[in-house]
Amino acid sequence: MNPRILAATTGRILRQLRHDRRTIALLVVVPSALLTLVYFMYADQPTPPGQPSAFDRIALVMLGIFPFVIMFLVTSIAMLRERTSGTLERLLTTPLGKLDLLFGYGIAFGLAAAVQAAVAAGVAYWIFDLDTAGSSGLVIGIAVIDAVLGVALGLFCSAFARTEFQAVQFLPVVVVPQLLLCGLFVARDQMAGWLQALSDAFPLSYAIEALQEVGANAEPTGRMWRDVVVVLGAVMLALVLAAATLRRRSG
Amino acid sequence: MGDAIAVRDLVVDRGGRRVLDGISCAVPRGAVTGLLGPSGSGKTTFMRAVVGVQVVTSGTVTVLGQPAGSPALRRQVGYLTQAPSVYADLTVRENARYFAALHGRGRAEADQAISDVGLSRAAGQLVGTLSGGQHSRASLACALVGEPELVILDEPTVGQDPVLRADLWARFHAMAAAGTTLLVSSHVMDEAARCDRLLLIREGRLIADDSPAAVRAAAGVDDLDEAFLRLIRASAASSEDAQAAPGTGGMS
Repeated sequence: MNPRILAATTGRILRQLRHDRRTIALLVVVPSALLTLVYFMYADQPTPPGQPSAFDRIALVMLGIFPFVIMFLVTSIAMLRERTSGTLERLLTTPLGKLDLLFGYGIAFGLAAAVQAAVAAGVAYWIFDLDTAGSSGLVIGIAVIDAVLGVALGLFCSAFARTEFQAVQFLPVVVVPQLLLCGLFVARDQMAGWLQALSDAFPLSYAIEALQEVGANAEPTGRMWRDVVVVLGAVMLALVLAAATLRRRSG
Repeated sequence: MGDAIAVRDLVVDRGGRRVLDGISCAVPRGAVTGLLGPSGSGKTTFMRAVVGVQVVTSGTVTVLGQPAGSPALRRQVGYLTQAPSVYADLTVRENARYFAALHGRGRAEADQAISDVGLSRAAGQLVGTLSGGQHSRASLACALVGEPELVILDEPTVGQDPVLRADLWARFHAMAAAGTTLLVSSHVMDEAARCDRLLLIREGRLIADDSPAAVRAAAGVDDLDEAFLRLIRASAASSEDAQAAPGTGGMS
């Protein structure tokens, strides 16, 4: 990796994003709009005594899921475009290293996700009174790590798609199972053993658990840090695998 | 100082088909070498092999003294793909600056490259909104911006108006005069006359490797188009005559 090339690549990806005003608007507005929807869905639901309200429970998890899902999609399409437009092959004939490109995407979309997460968290905390025992800063930080996880998986999965149609369908394949089993719908310890094993193998489960730890504890817990480390490990693994899919020479 | 590119017995198969069939040739430094041949003759595959992005079946390609595709060559070789490969959602200037940065060059070099391809007035325009000819010139600017020692250009003048085409060829010769080696493909024969040397390939075989004057003399006609036609017919006849004893594929 070369810091100058990494910085140039990150800047280039952010500039591409900046020219796409509608995508920026969607990135910033959609999570807040969906949180609004969730808020009113659960507005009249009774909260059992001694438990967090349904909105607090779900909004917290959604703050982690939005950046993950959206950045996965955005990245798979962006990387597929690099492949189909010939820019990827051209980049690989320049001094650019594979990791410069992959980390460039990770940093650029991670920054975009930070803005997105800050806006969504601001709406959740200030307008809808989201209540978490831990700090909002940690919630945003974990949301950004979730986004980077989405980016890393998107970079890896885009190698297996030849068209945009295929790339979009990796969403149900890669993302939806992780959403179903992450503990949002059924608590992980109440699932059948084989489902728990699957859930344990999915990185999103750890990302969501980390958010739930922040929701339930005033101070960062050891379990939260362990979860964060697991997610970062999954990010690294996905990036290394993605690098292996970038071939300088083809047939 | 050896040749910029030395190719020996290059064979490339793509999709189960033999695209290059035993090509041997050399490209001299500091000159414009034209790679001529009809569409589908293997020009792009040959260039990809020189850049080092093509999986080759057998043979060797040596570029600036190193095997094609060596990491050190990425700083020294500029490659223009046939389909323009620049970012449509960036402006011409942003594209040029990005590729300049990859080669350790700055804004001045980026602006120079844009002006060299005659795009200064469109520098602030998104590439996606350019005409086809402008689009491919934006791509050309990004290939030249690193001031590479060896420039591989796959059909750089397609779709350009005659005045611009003349400007681009003048630019190529100025670069060659300054020591840069250029390998330029074209399927337009009138561009062959502008090259210092010619490589003519057809159906994956090299049928001429010489200067335009020598090609004309060998074929016995002044018109290069006609000369190539004669060479193609001669090589077709000789390969039918001597299937068992394939020649070197080159004329001398």
